[in-house]
Amino acid sequence: MSESDTDPSESDGPPSDGRSAVRRLGAQLQDGDAGLIALVMAGIYVLFTIFAILGPSQGFEGVVAAIQTVTLWTALYAMLVLALNLHWGYAGLFNIGVAGFMAVGVYTFAALTAPTGATPPGLGLPLWVGIVGGMLMAALAGALVSLPALRLRADYLAIVTVAFSEIVRLSLLSTTFEEFTLFSSVPFLPDVPLGTGAGRGISMPINPTIPVKSIYYTNPQNPAAGDFTAFGETVITAFRAVGVRQTVVVSLTYTLVLLGFVALFYWLLRRIGNSPFGRVLKAIREDELVANSLGKDTRMFKIKVFMVGCALMGLGGILWETQRGFTDPTSTTFRPIQTFYIFIALIIGGAGSNTGGVLGGALFAALLFQGPLYVSRILSKFIATGDAPSTFAGALAPVASLNLTPFVAYTLQNVSSLRFVLVGVVLIVLMHRRPTGLLGHRKEVASSIDLGKRTSRTGPGEGRPATDGGNDVGGERDD
Amino acid sequence: MTDDGTSVEGTAATESDAAAESGNRESATAERTADRLDEPGDASLVVDDLSKSFGGIDAVDGVSFSVERGSLTGLIGPNGAGKSTTFNLITGVNEPDTGRVSFEGQDITGLRTSDIANEGLVRTFQIARELEEMTVLENLMLAPRGQSGEKLVNAVTPGLRGRVREEERALRERVWETLELFEIDHLAEEHAGNLSGGQRKLLELARALMLDPSMMLLDEPFAGVNPTLEEKLLDRVHELREEGLTFLLVEHDMDLIMEHCEHVIVMHQGQVLAEGEPADIRSNDRVIDAYLGEDI
Repeated sequence: MSESDTDPSESDGPPSDGRSAVRRLGAQLQDGDAGLIALVMAGIYVLFTIFAILGPSQGFEGVVAAIQTVTLWTALYAMLVLALNLHWGYAGLFNIGVAGFMAVGVYTFAALTAPTGATPPGLGLPLWVGIVGGMLMAALAGALVSLPALRLRADYLAIVTVAFSEIVRLSLLSTTFEEFTLFSSVPFLPDVPLGTGAGRGISMPINPTIPVKSIYYTNPQNPAAGDFTAFGETVITAFRAVGVRQTVVVSLTYTLVLLGFVALFYWLLRRIGNSPFGRVLKAIREDELVANSLGKDTRMFKIKVFMVGCALMGLGGILWETQRGFTDPTSTTFRPIQTFYIFIALIIGGAGSNTGGVLGGALFAALLFQGPLYVSRILSKFIATGDAPSTFAGALAPVASLNLTPFVAYTLQNVSSLRFVLVGVVLIVLMHRRPTGLLGHRKEVASSIDLGKRTSRTGPGEGRPATDGGNDVGGERDD
Repeated sequence: MTDDGTSVEGTAATESDAAAESGNRESATAERTADRLDEPGDASLVVDDLSKSFGGIDAVDGVSFSVERGSLTGLIGPNGAGKSTTFNLITGVNEPDTGRVSFEGQDITGLRTSDIANEGLVRTFQIARELEEMTVLENLMLAPRGQSGEKLVNAVTPGLRGRVREEERALRERVWETLELFEIDHLAEEHAGNLSGGQRKLLELARALMLDPSMMLLDEPFAGVNPTLEEKLLDRVHELREEGLTFLLVEHDMDLIMEHCEHVIVMHQGQVLAEGEPADIRSNDRVIDAYLGEDI
């Protein structure tokens, strides 16, 4: 077999090896996967173009920035949703500590890459060491958490993961680990000063945006002072001509890199899902005792997949949180609500489906996460509401006398908090109307080959009549 | 106890010792058991003094029996007699409080369910536990042992996946042949959850067969199955037996057991009440008492 099997649509098409990438893409579009994602993204872009035109920051740059922002959040959520899909969608492992594993990845990255002399100090290692180290540490944390919990029933894993996530966050906040020395009492080993920075946070001058900035700047650590590279000069001048500033260009480039990572996650998950390994995961999700009775040592499968998912969460966390070059434990990225958001996005898309995961990430980021902010900005621009009341009661009381203005003003002022309410409502409606999410009903066959095709003899469809008399249960049977 | 590599005679001796020890059994039955085990090429599965209690209730209480290699042995008893628990103890789903289980001369007590299945002792469930959201094809593809693609590295790494695909192609052929044998190939791409009760039983048997077992434990394989399909299932069982498989069958239908099994074990209140050929069981007073009112 040649390596045509990197083809993500491998189980769908005929196993002719020499298919060109174009034809594969065509098949994907026909499948509806790539087409569906493109369609949804196009819709979101139209919406955000309208938002940008109506909103306070007008002009072409406003449109570009709005599209960049929504794409960035889509990519960030898509990555985390895909990682969670590996746990929950594929293997039925209920991990509600996503934020904790992200934090482990981010802080390990920070400790490895922060300069030795900084406060808090790090090890001053290169970027890629930080990324790999962060992923490994997140995977190790995953193993540590899953080892005791996976022996028990599914609910225990949920409890352990949520507890772990909070322990991580509170430990990072604790001043005990603000600055400490590793190996200080161990002979023959050098003292290694490290620290979390506790509430003061930790800065990450080396982070994944640096390679992106180095495309444009000769001194990516300090773009303000640095000169442009030849390529940067050309591109940034071109964008400036249409009124787009250099910071937007850099963000746009980083967003494109993130989209590349989303594609990588997607590819990896498809490979895992469409294989005998993925088949066992599916069986674990359906009925673990059956998997056991068929000779599968499900514990190993669960631990492995849990570690891989946690490593991806660590990577997602690094790409998410290090953009600003600084983090602290109060960041919303590490709060339990973050895990909840990622779950919502996965539920919207449909657990088990990777395409659904990406769609869910996009819809959540655009409509529930960013959309309300844009809408409120637009409304504030057009509706003069005056001072908003400071309490909900204060907003609600005038409604009785049919004076809606304070209520509207209050709503617009507190949109970012009121998003929780919106998210809650969406969740309830979804659970009622479509508990499987947008694409959760779709079942992707877990195999590296098309099982319906046979190399010899008859295929399916040439079946013989039903083997049983049909007087027992099978109401739903259709031949 | 049956140590590793126990000879046939050793197993037989152990079994007859155990039989002699459990004095509550009918001595005639014990003797017959011992006699039967003295024959060469015998026990595939030996269960010795197995006990399990759940919260003070002795679900299984000192059960000993053996299943002859290549036989179709029936395990019967009224509801709550401990048949399913015995199955669970044999297959490692529950751990026995006391007692030993050995399979093909190897002690399998306390082994994991997955390891026992890989030893070639495969079970089916009383209520067919198919993997509903997986297709019939996936169900069968899942079962075979030693698939290299079950290793994550092989499944993901570009250079290694080619071999996995080769393997899967070979398996696919076997799967289709098995589906044809069980006459459910027309349902191949159907989700298992959409199958009728009887078709599920066929699927379960076919899936278990994909493991290349040397012995199968069937927990009420004919419950809720219409007579036509029951006939088909029985035909398959007899065919597989000809090929050398050993079967232990839990069943409620006495007539079926009496007609098809050459050896019958009767359980009652967690204990073995009687053991022997169908004709003897039929005329056994204690069995008749246990099944009071039931036509044997």
